Amino acid sequence: MNITARRDSVATIFDVSGDVDMSNSPELRKALLDEIRKGKVSKVILNLTAVKYIDSSGVASLVEGLKASRDMKSRLVLYGLSPSAREVLQLSRLLKVFEVLDNEEQALAS
Amino acid sequence: MNHDFLLKIKLRSHPRLLCVLRGAVEPLMAVLGFSEKDCRSIIRAVDEAVSNIIRHSYGGREDRPIEISCRSLRRRVAGKAGRGVEILLFDHGPAVDTTKLPRRPLDQLPCGGLGLHFIRDGMDKVEYKRIGKINRLRLVKYARTAKPVTNTEEIPS
Repeated sequence: MNITARRDSVATIFDVSGDVDMSNSPELRKALLDEIRKGKVSKVILNLTAVKYIDSSGVASLVEGLKASRDMKSRLVLYGLSPSAREVLQLSRLLKVFEVLDNEEQALAS
Repeated sequence: MNHDFLLKIKLRSHPRLLCVLRGAVEPLMAVLGFSEKDCRSIIRAVDEAVSNIIRHSYGGREDRPIEISCRSLRRRVAGKAGRGVEILLFDHGPAVDTTKLPRRPLDQLPCGGLGLHFIRDGMDKVEYKRIGKINRLRLVKYARTAKPVTNTEEIPS
């Protein structure tokens, strides 16, 4: 997995690529929580277009990010979900809990 | 009756090897004729099962042995033959107390316990057995049939 960040005054976009599993989900969790808790942007956007697989530890990291964003009165937005990523959120009954959009344009405009 | 395995893998209990396992099992499931959705369910179940072995059975130790074997299954459903796969996972950790396995309510925001839910949801059979000093998890998935499954008889192919 690889994570890179793009920042402006309103939002931070994390571009994530590769599989997210128990070997690297702590890295995703840390990146998300650090950015959200800094409180410098009102929205953190996760670009998952290049993520083929997310396991339960990856979902748990996203949930922690969501909880932190609620605590900080900010937002966590996901876009570009693969069929596998969409399925794990559906199975976890979280698809409607997260803000899930189709593409970056929608995520920035939301 | 042929009990030959299609695939046998021995892995160290290192999380970084999970991608190797997924990379081996996924094309096999496609070769066996599972749909893309079923392939994803099987991969998810196997990945989560091995993650649980690493995390819980071996307490995060990265040098312990895990064995995974796959073989095809056939079954007869109302007189018609159906196909499936049996995946066996073996580890040498302490016995699992199945009465203490979580069944987490999904109406709460989760931070753990999802893996078992993914395994149970994705497979048709999930059976745990302690054999001597070895834990064996048996996962079975059948290719989808149009009719509800009744009166089945398992036949290793």
